[in-house]
Amino acid sequence: MGQAVKIEVSKAPFDSGAELKALQGPSVGGVAVFVGVVRDENDSERVNGLFLEHYPGMTEKQIAEIVAEALARWQLHAVTVIHRVGQLHPGDEIVFVGTGSAHRGDAFDACEYIIDFLKTRATFWKRESISAGERWLTTRESDVLTAREWAGKQS
Amino acid sequence: MIRVVFFASLRETLATETLDVDSKDIGTVRELLDALIDQQGAAWHDALTAENVLMAVNHTMVDQDSPVADNDEVAFFPPVTGG
Repeated sequence: MGQAVKIEVSKAPFDSGAELKALQGPSVGGVAVFVGVVRDENDSERVNGLFLEHYPGMTEKQIAEIVAEALARWQLHAVTVIHRVGQLHPGDEIVFVGTGSAHRGDAFDACEYIIDFLKTRATFWKRESISAGERWLTTRESDVLTAREWAGKQS
Repeated sequence: MIRVVFFASLRETLATETLDVDSKDIGTVRELLDALIDQQGAAWHDALTAENVLMAVNHTMVDQDSPVADNDEVAFFPPVTGG
């Protein structure tokens, strides 16, 4: 079986249940999924909304590079990455990363790898609406460190 | 012409989404930055020389020493926060 890759950056909501089902197939023994959801709180501030901006063309290319690295590192049959942009609100699903593999270890590791690098390497920017107004978020140091840890891991 | 684009907080600070710069005498990203600052003044100097400004040429991340040519698209933006 070949590798089915789906990458999408879109304003439209996605159906995480349907996306999970779509990753299944005859030789897929397990699917690992990460779904990111907009929180209503960040750094002790109530968050009313989250605006997502991306760099059309470049963002999709970067996601494809991260997915290609995962495909080279683990045995995967299917990978789906969907990232929403535009105006979102608490409770909205913002990102879907799903990996289908013969065995759970590859599916779990690849899923975690992809979301870790999406956080630090793909051109997305987030602007939060809080009661005091709007604020752009900067890269979290903890996310950078998490992504760096992959360099030292054996697969 | 070199097409220059800005994103997120940098776009807001500069109140500019995109502009075209004459590629004459510009061979690197650093020379493009110098030309922009020359044309636009102090506020642009402060925003574009901030330590954390990232840059890309034709959708590939680069540094200031990277080459730039006519018809390239050069983007400047703050650190990214996806996921």
